[in-house]
Amino acid sequence: MDLPHHGYRATKQRARAAPPTADSVLFEDTSSAAPAMNSQGYYTPGYNVGVPPNDMQGATGADNLFTDPMANAAMMYGSSLANQGKDMVNKELSRFMAVNKLKYFFAVDTRYVMKKLMILMFPYTHQDWEVRYHRDTPLPPRQDVNAPDLYIPTMAFITYILLAGIALGIQKRFSPEVLGLCASTALVWMIIEVLVMLLSLYLLTVHSDLTTFDLIAYSGYKYVGMIVTVLSGLLFGSDGYYVALAWSSCALVVFIVRSLKMKILTSLSSDSMGTGSSAKPQFRLYITVATAIFQPIIIYWLTSHLVR
Amino acid sequence: MAFTLYSLHHTAVLCTNAIAVLHEERFLCKIGWGADQRVGGFGDDPRIKAQVLNLIRSVRTVMRGQKSVFLCPQK
Repeated sequence: MDLPHHGYRATKQRARAAPPTADSVLFEDTSSAAPAMNSQGYYTPGYNVGVPPNDMQGATGADNLFTDPMANAAMMYGSSLANQGKDMVNKELSRFMAVNKLKYFFAVDTRYVMKKLMILMFPYTHQDWEVRYHRDTPLPPRQDVNAPDLYIPTMAFITYILLAGIALGIQKRFSPEVLGLCASTALVWMIIEVLVMLLSLYLLTVHSDLTTFDLIAYSGYKYVGMIVTVLSGLLFGSDGYYVALAWSSCALVVFIVRSLKMKILTSLSSDSMGTGSSAKPQFRLYITVATAIFQPIIIYWLTSHLVR
Repeated sequence: MAFTLYSLHHTAVLCTNAIAVLHEERFLCKIGWGADQRVGGFGDDPRIKAQVLNLIRSVRTVMRGQKSVFLCPQK
C-alpha cells in the first residue's frame, strides 16, 4: 500500500534538504565577501588543501556567533521567549476554535484530492460510501476517501472567486470591488446554508456525528461544480454552460444524497424501542433531499450572472 | 442578490431580537406555545414543537438574562 509511503517521502525530502548547507562551505562562500577574496590565492594548489583555511576564514563570522557564550545564551533566551509566545497564542486560539479538529480536515494528500474530485464530478460508479472509523475516531482523509475535508472547499472557493474575476473581466465588467462582493455573497450563502442545516438537525433531534466543520465541508463541495460550470461557460458559451450546469447538478445531488444518507438517515435515535414519532424518518429524508436540491439552485444563482 | 457580511450580521441580530421579544404571557400562552406545554413522553425524543419551544426559551434566557421560570396564568 502506498499510503504510508507518502508520509515517508515527505520526511525523506526534508532530510535531503539538510546536507546542501554543509556542502556550501566547500564551495566559495560569497556571503562573507572580504575573507573569501583574500583566500582566493590559496585555492590553486589543491582543492582540498584550500578548503580548511577558507573554512576558517570564510566562516569566521558564523563561527564567532556560535562559539561566543553570550550570544549563545541570548539565542537560547530568545528562542524560549518565542516558544512561550507561541504556546500562549495556541492556548488562546484553541479556546475559540478546535484547532486539532480543524487539522484533521486538512490532512489530505494528492491521491485523495484526485479521487475526491473524480467522485464529485462522477459519483455514479463509486460503490462504498461508508466513512471508515478507527476505534471510534473517524479516519483522516488521507486514509479514507469518503471522509469530508476542508482543503478542497477552501481551494475551490478561492478558485471560484478568481474565475469570477476572469469572467467579469472578459465581459469588461470588472472592478476590484466586484471580487469582494462576489466572495462575500458566496460566503454568506454558505453560512446561511450551514445555519439552516444545523437548525433543522437540532429541531429533528438527529443524533449524528456531523459537526459544524463537516457541514461546512459538505456545503463547500458545490464550489467544485461551480468552477466546472463557469469554465465550460467561458470556453463553450451559453450552451456549454447549461450542459455543464446540468451535469454538475446531477453529480452533486447524487453525491450529497449518498454521503448524507449514511450520516443522517442511519444515525442513532435515543429511543431504543423504536416508538418515536413516525414522522421522523420522513423528515430526515426531507432534509437530505432538500440539501441536495439546494445545491443546483445556488450554483445557478451564483454563476448565471458570470456567463451571459 | 449581493449579500455582504454586514447584511448577514444585520439579519442575524434582527432575527435574534425578534425571537427574544416574544412575550411569554401575552402571546405564547395564547397560541399554546407556553412554557408548560412542553410535556412529552419520557425517554423518547422530544418532538419538534418541544424543540422549538426550547429554542425560544433559551434565546430569551440568554438575551434577557432572566433566570426564573414563568408559567402560563390561569387555565
